[in-house]
Amino acid sequence: MARLELLQSLNGHKGIVWNVAWHPQGKIFASCGEDKTIKLWSKEGAEWKTKTVLVDGHQRTIRQVAWSPCGNFLASASFDATTAIWDKKSGQFECNATLEGHENEVKSVSWSPSGQLLSTCGRDKSVWVWEVAGEDEYECESVLNAHNQDVKKVVWHPCLDILASASYDNTVKLYKEDPVDNDWTCIATLQSHDSTVWSLAFDKTGERLATCSDDKTVKIWKEYKPDNQEGVIVTDKESIWKCVCTLSGYHSRSVYDIAWCHKTGLLVTACGDDIIRVFKESEESDPNAPIFELICSKLNAHAQDVNCVTWNPNGNQELLSCSDDGEIRIWQFIE
Amino acid sequence: MTKVADNVNPDVYEKGSEREITSTDQDEDVTDEFDEREIFDLIRNINDPEHPLTLEELHVVEEKNIVVNNKENTVDVSFTPTIPHCSMATLIGLSIRVQLLRALPSRFKVTVSVSEGTHMSEDAVNKQLADKERVAAALENNNLVQIINQCIAVK
Repeated sequence: MARLELLQSLNGHKGIVWNVAWHPQGKIFASCGEDKTIKLWSKEGAEWKTKTVLVDGHQRTIRQVAWSPCGNFLASASFDATTAIWDKKSGQFECNATLEGHENEVKSVSWSPSGQLLSTCGRDKSVWVWEVAGEDEYECESVLNAHNQDVKKVVWHPCLDILASASYDNTVKLYKEDPVDNDWTCIATLQSHDSTVWSLAFDKTGERLATCSDDKTVKIWKEYKPDNQEGVIVTDKESIWKCVCTLSGYHSRSVYDIAWCHKTGLLVTACGDDIIRVFKESEESDPNAPIFELICSKLNAHAQDVNCVTWNPNGNQELLSCSDDGEIRIWQFIE
Repeated sequence: MTKVADNVNPDVYEKGSEREITSTDQDEDVTDEFDEREIFDLIRNINDPEHPLTLEELHVVEEKNIVVNNKENTVDVSFTPTIPHCSMATLIGLSIRVQLLRALPSRFKVTVSVSEGTHMSEDAVNKQLADKERVAAALENNNLVQIINQCIAVK
């Protein structure tokens, strides 16, 4: 029987912990929340401890933190309408750049695989693409207004400069830069969820996407490129994304986050019913109609809503979660 | 400048009686689970944002529109705007949500929604009230919190 074993519960934040993010090497992680602080945690012996607390970067809730692929920069998105970039060139973490432009709450931030691009999104319905223009310099490359509601999450493709966003308007959109005029455009709209799409995760190939929603379902989308073998008609030069699987009936409340492990292929969800669930693709799964099985349900994983789940990037099946209850928990997944 | 209320002349109803205290209520050995009446008592005296009346007196909240499930830790409240185009619906719902958020133990999942078929923008209002991220952001707005506190404060 697959199970999640609790390694440690970490207190330290006051109020809701909205997000946790592993450093790319998986030895440090960052957390943020309602208390307007960012905490950096690492292991001392067997115990995870707060090593650094970043304060005064934001005036309001910090909704998300994201490490650059090189691990030297940390970006934080806040309800105060700004995104801060932190680094420790001076020896300790400092905020050396602030990205301004959103009209109100910034909900999410994400680095492109090269680390040269950054994206933010927010309540003002827009998605911004920023370019790293030099030391502590960031330039806005594009403001994308494809969504007609609050944009909840932005995530970059694992290897290409393709951006995905999830929104309160129930859709997911993909964007890429047009090489002809260097303009960013929406290349696909993924429509199937019946309510807010809270989060999304690419698999390791970037050819599949998992999305989770307030409609209590998880959906798996597959990319069909032009001239695909399956005969899916692609009229434009851009790929078509089709929903090939819907996981319904598993979650009893809104699903706030989803993570797809690039080492093991396991999917994990964070739900408003306090449960963490792990899904595994069945071995005889047809790529065009895949089957995912629920292999682990951790009841009462937290005392309140689970806001975020994330696999350790080094593939050791360690899982981080955080909750409205103010706690961060570290789990070992054992199959 | 005073804004004219959406519904200038709403129907006003009698206040209900106080909760009757039964013998088991005073028995320390009996576990009192939360019940509909208790939730009702927490929200009946919330003031309407536009009228010097409580939500109970306007029949915006009624005991029959409350469902409590102690086992599942859920509290579902539906409220009835006085008119179908009430622009205050979200604010009223938010006040109910905030009051229950503050008064109930954190184990409870509170859902506040408009009674079915009683508001033109029912789905939009319900979606907004159910979005905890937007509620959290709203509660960081001091002006809004002041207005909500005024609604909640028992006069």
